[in-house]
Amino acid sequence: MSTEVIHPDTHHVDDGHDHGDHKPSNFLDRWLFTTNHKDIGTLYLIFSLTMFFIGGSMAMVIRAELFMPGLQLVEPDFFNQMTTMHALIMVFGAVMPAWVGFANWLIPMMIGAPDMALPRMNNWSFWILPFAFTMLLSTLFMDSGGPAAGWTLYPPLVLQTGTSFAFVVFAVHMMGVSSIMGSINIIATIFNMRAPGMRLLRMPMFVWTWLITAFLLIAVMPVLAGAVTMLLTDHFFSTNFFNAAGGGDPVMFQHIFWFFGHPEVYIMILPAFGVISEILPTFSRKPLFGYGSMVYATATIAFLSFIVWAHHMFTVGMPLQGELYFMYATMLISVPTGVKVFNWVSTMWQGSMTFETPMLFAIGFVVLFTIGGLSGLMLAITAADFQYHDTYFVVAHFHYVLVPGSVFALMAATYYWLPKFTGNMYSEKWGKIHFWSSAIFVNVLFFPQHYLGLAGMPRRIPDYSPQFADFNMISSLGGFAFGATQLIFVGVVLHCAYRSKVKATPEVWEGSRGLEWTLDSPPAYHSFNTPPVVTHNALSRAD
Amino acid sequence: MATHAENSYYVPHGSKWPIVGSLGMITMLASAAGWMNGSATAQWTFWLGAAILIFMLFGWFGTVIRESEAGMYSEQVSGSFRLSMSWFIFSEVMFFAVFFGALFYVRALVIPWLGGEGTGASTNEFLWQGYTPAWPTSGPANVGGDFQTIPAFGIPFLNTLILLTSGLTVTLAHHALKKEHRNQLVLWLAATVALGFTFVYFQVYEYHEAYTQLGLTLGSGIYGATFFMLTGFHGMHVTLGAIMLVVIMIRSMKGHFKPDNHFAFEAVAWYWHFVDVVWLGLFVFVYIL
Repeated sequence: MSTEVIHPDTHHVDDGHDHGDHKPSNFLDRWLFTTNHKDIGTLYLIFSLTMFFIGGSMAMVIRAELFMPGLQLVEPDFFNQMTTMHALIMVFGAVMPAWVGFANWLIPMMIGAPDMALPRMNNWSFWILPFAFTMLLSTLFMDSGGPAAGWTLYPPLVLQTGTSFAFVVFAVHMMGVSSIMGSINIIATIFNMRAPGMRLLRMPMFVWTWLITAFLLIAVMPVLAGAVTMLLTDHFFSTNFFNAAGGGDPVMFQHIFWFFGHPEVYIMILPAFGVISEILPTFSRKPLFGYGSMVYATATIAFLSFIVWAHHMFTVGMPLQGELYFMYATMLISVPTGVKVFNWVSTMWQGSMTFETPMLFAIGFVVLFTIGGLSGLMLAITAADFQYHDTYFVVAHFHYVLVPGSVFALMAATYYWLPKFTGNMYSEKWGKIHFWSSAIFVNVLFFPQHYLGLAGMPRRIPDYSPQFADFNMISSLGGFAFGATQLIFVGVVLHCAYRSKVKATPEVWEGSRGLEWTLDSPPAYHSFNTPPVVTHNALSRAD
Repeated sequence: MATHAENSYYVPHGSKWPIVGSLGMITMLASAAGWMNGSATAQWTFWLGAAILIFMLFGWFGTVIRESEAGMYSEQVSGSFRLSMSWFIFSEVMFFAVFFGALFYVRALVIPWLGGEGTGASTNEFLWQGYTPAWPTSGPANVGGDFQTIPAFGIPFLNTLILLTSGLTVTLAHHALKKEHRNQLVLWLAATVALGFTFVYFQVYEYHEAYTQLGLTLGSGIYGATFFMLTGFHGMHVTLGAIMLVVIMIRSMKGHFKPDNHFAFEAVAWYWHFVDVVWLGLFVFVYIL
């Protein structure tokens, strides 16, 4: 298992005026006009953390309303706006930009590139988002209130949205433009900017999963754009795409939306798979088990994600053959996903493991994401889904894969690479407090929702039958505690960046391998101006 | 280690164009939303936003063209541009796929179901008894009223010939560029531009006919919706492609591009072939079938 990276000893930069660690001193130059992948990565991460708390506060409103049966705090319409906006913000504003932020920071360093392939477009990808989300959030203050038809924007309900409707559609368009440009940049970077010797099957898993994620994004964001464009023309320009009287079909929207929506869930989880595949080997002090099969499993999951969409709409009235096809196709996904979980467990098997905070979050991910995967298998059974559909069981399922799934992986990634980004070690004590309270409260929050759903409690309704009271109260208490716990995270990050006295070494972790760990902590503003030559397996995950 | 462009990757340091683009985009789109809601001022701010976006495009592309002509781009930078353009066109393919998908879904499933086919679908029985499925249709409620369709082998067929010919002329221009025949290059590009705008002219003429003579409008049921959205988005792409062709024609007249280095030309040519292929799909599935 040899790792050899040759650093050419002559350092030069291409245009001669930006040496080494020279950052623009002017605030606008540094952040508004930046073309630096590290700064843009930081902007993405700060933006997504902000959105995480805005979306999270909406979740707090939802859980507060559901604390007891009866209408307590907010009007039903505002409750619907909260569920809709919570989802839109968390999906497009928190999770996706956070992954793009890590992609920006890490991919050039992992493949030995001087920057992203198209640095100016990289800036634009980011700087569309604050405008898009300002427009989206501003709808809450319009006379009609924000969108209230659920993030899936199903017609005909969504067509009854008032003033805010067109603003929501255009906000979605802007998010799509941002995602497509960001993904094109990532693909061009990975295909075109790898250091000599960084063959495709030597790339770190995070790079691989992002390559496939970027492909998914370019394939499906235009589909979402088309879907919301049809909504817009149905609302304002008298088309009849989703009007049966004119020969259209409201169910057609669901098909188009979920053709986007199902790959979208993998867009949020594949980079998480990549991160977990980076972290587990480090703290197990073993190479990743089954590197090649991980790559193929990821590609297989991406392929399957295009042909399973209608499992989101089993109860809508499809022909029986359709229901059966989508059931079996959906179940196929458990095969490559199972390969991944098996490989992660095998990576840890007989490793000399230590349990620093990133490792704790990674193990938490493997266990809790798998629970979400298994409830997904239950939902895939068409006949059973007629009972589960649109209940809290579905809510529990996708929150298990997204919160202790994607979000835990984001936390793990933050703890794992933050010392590299900042040059300082975070507080291990507070990191562990953050992990354990998150891990406990996320289960208090979401586990009871399985029972609520199996007992028939519908989602997206602000009131419920008194029989559901106990589990709802437990879930809400867990929700408040989980939300408060995330303030610890902010404290740990700020402390690490500005207060921590413990300096990080270039390797940071004893078992870390890969090009980013050959750079200083923090790395120079411009790293790898001259590409390193990667001989043997610099990756050292595959052998 | 060498320090000139051929051996290092050009990383620009700072640019004000992206944020200008964002400001233009938000001004334009927020105004578009306001306009749709009936705001009078938004009509004007919409054009302001569009103007900012156009200003950004001139500034940004101008910068890139100057850098390119100054020889700052290595072969590797060119590779990034090529990859990006290819994947951008792929995203455009997916955008058109949505509207084609809607057309196929409606024709293969929705219309027969509305006519009472299939097991378990009772819309026909309860809501629209007596509706006979057919294509073209404006639906069981005849939304938008009766209309006639545009015959495929009139102007649409002429337009097919025009676009196919323009695909040929742009290729001839490419060969002229590779052989350094500057006059032929400009000539063939001019022919392509002329064919492109002729196509757009015929489309506008056809739309006028549809609205004034045939009763076919955007509101003519699902047929009008799919017809105008597919041909309309395609027409916008042809217009954009023709403008791009004008840009590279002017650049060719200024002496830009080398036989072995002319990414912008190729990007526009790829884009032009892409709108050509989309048209063939439209001609077959929208006009003929």
